[in-house]
Amino acid sequence: MSLGNQLDTLYRQVIMDHYKNPRNRGEIEGDSLKVNMNNPTCGDRIQLQMQVEDGKIANAKFVGEGCSISLSSASMMTQAVKGLPVEDALKLSGIFSDMMLGKDYTEGDFDLGDIEALQGVAKFPARIKCATLAWKAMEKGLDEEKDEDSE
Amino acid sequence: MDVKTVRSKFPILDQEVNGHPLVYLDSAATSQKPQQVIDAVEDYYKRYNSNVHRGVHTLGSLATDGYEGAREKVRGFINAKSMEEIVFTRGTTTAINTVAASYGRANVKQGDEIVITPMEHHSNIIPWQQLAKSTGATLKYIPLKEDGTIDLNDVEETVTENTKIVSVMHVSNVLGTINPVKEIAEIAHKNGAVMVVDGAQAVPHMKVDVQALDADFYAFSGHKMCAPTGIGVLYGKKKLMKNMEPVEFGGEMIDFVGLYDSTWKELPWKFEGGTPIIAGAIGLGAAIDFLEEIGLENIKQHEQKLADYAIAQLKDIDGVTVYGPEKRAGVVTFNCDDVHPHDVATVLDAEGVAVRAGHHCAQPLMKWLDVTATARASFYLYNNEEDVDAFVKALIKTKEYFGDVFG
Repeated sequence: MSLGNQLDTLYRQVIMDHYKNPRNRGEIEGDSLKVNMNNPTCGDRIQLQMQVEDGKIANAKFVGEGCSISLSSASMMTQAVKGLPVEDALKLSGIFSDMMLGKDYTEGDFDLGDIEALQGVAKFPARIKCATLAWKAMEKGLDEEKDEDSE
Repeated sequence: MDVKTVRSKFPILDQEVNGHPLVYLDSAATSQKPQQVIDAVEDYYKRYNSNVHRGVHTLGSLATDGYEGAREKVRGFINAKSMEEIVFTRGTTTAINTVAASYGRANVKQGDEIVITPMEHHSNIIPWQQLAKSTGATLKYIPLKEDGTIDLNDVEETVTENTKIVSVMHVSNVLGTINPVKEIAEIAHKNGAVMVVDGAQAVPHMKVDVQALDADFYAFSGHKMCAPTGIGVLYGKKKLMKNMEPVEFGGEMIDFVGLYDSTWKELPWKFEGGTPIIAGAIGLGAAIDFLEEIGLENIKQHEQKLADYAIAQLKDIDGVTVYGPEKRAGVVTFNCDDVHPHDVATVLDAEGVAVRAGHHCAQPLMKWLDVTATARASFYLYNNEEDVDAFVKALIKTKEYFGDVFG
């Protein structure tokens, strides 16, 4: 049954798949960078855990609670940034942010893959914060990591 | 009460949202405004906009009459003894913060206790957390019963001779629980504490008599009772308020200003620093006229009928959990299977049904319920059974929709 195209652009099959079977959900064993991020208006919360080695994100996992959009986005984000140089991960986050704001974006050398399924969120302003939660956590974590390195 | 006539007075309800007639079930967040309130505010701006308490000119007098006339309406509405006991604030949050910052700082010291409950809205938790931290007092919680109500025996156990302030919400914005604030006030007084009541979800929906409740302070917001945003009320007993220091200093609240010292106006104006919320107060006065015309008892019964009607239908839907006690105000908080309340609210919105999803500014209560978030439908005088039917129908569709995408 369908409630119309609008909703179907939000709840794409691939999003529901990530929600039901989240990738990289769980804790990283050993030392890792931990970032807690909440969506204070609605109670969504995630903790992102990352290991950065030689300027690359060697591993990324998350734990937390949230709606289908925030959790599927966290799942996709961790999948996409694992193995990427820090600089590229931040670039990708910029592209994602443009996508959420409904701006034109260029994929460049990136393969957005599943992430493109989240495009429809841009049409639901109330849900953009859900989709960007994990990405904001990633940016914050890498920012803190950079500060520590320069100290 | 003729709901059809009542509805017709709210222009906003006559619209389509996402191709469906608007079903507004989020009045606990903010209520809609009837034409006569919109008109009163417009009339002020168009005909007699002016500052109050100062101009010798005609418009200044009209504005002062409008503003002070609204205060008298509020006094009558909640049956306060005198207008000196009615302070206009920005809303419930500001009102409670005023009590905490003024009465609290002057009367609470290290070793004292402040008693609240886990069902409180953040606005009735954080001011007390901050007061406890800054004074070294202890913040204590009256435990809740399993159905989300308060047992007076637990109040007796929690409130002691060291308790200086007891602050409880009159009606829960999540569970719909109607708390026995009169009986809690008795226990507070027996122990020498003052009773503060967060009435944000009570005053719009039922007759409140602050003298009968024997509340020392009572706070509520205009925007939840058909008035504009940005206006609220702090009621306080004169014998307490006259000894309290203002929280905001500046224009409007002074009597005499010297180079190094100043004195304050009388009650209630010493608590109203700066140009007051004139249009808001006038709008609140118009809202009170509107609500009194319909009758608070009628409104209360109507909402309870709608809540009962909704709950009866929700119970028949497989996988829907309703939170809160049997006897409740017009608030129905629920969850639907494993579908996150955000997702429920988005799909309901696509059907034109506006509900709230999230933690409802009550994170400690969410923890107590052991959920991260819930969805909430809340009713007011303009809702009808068709609204409930549309909501239930949309909720069933939501379940099917997610059943499909999950499946």
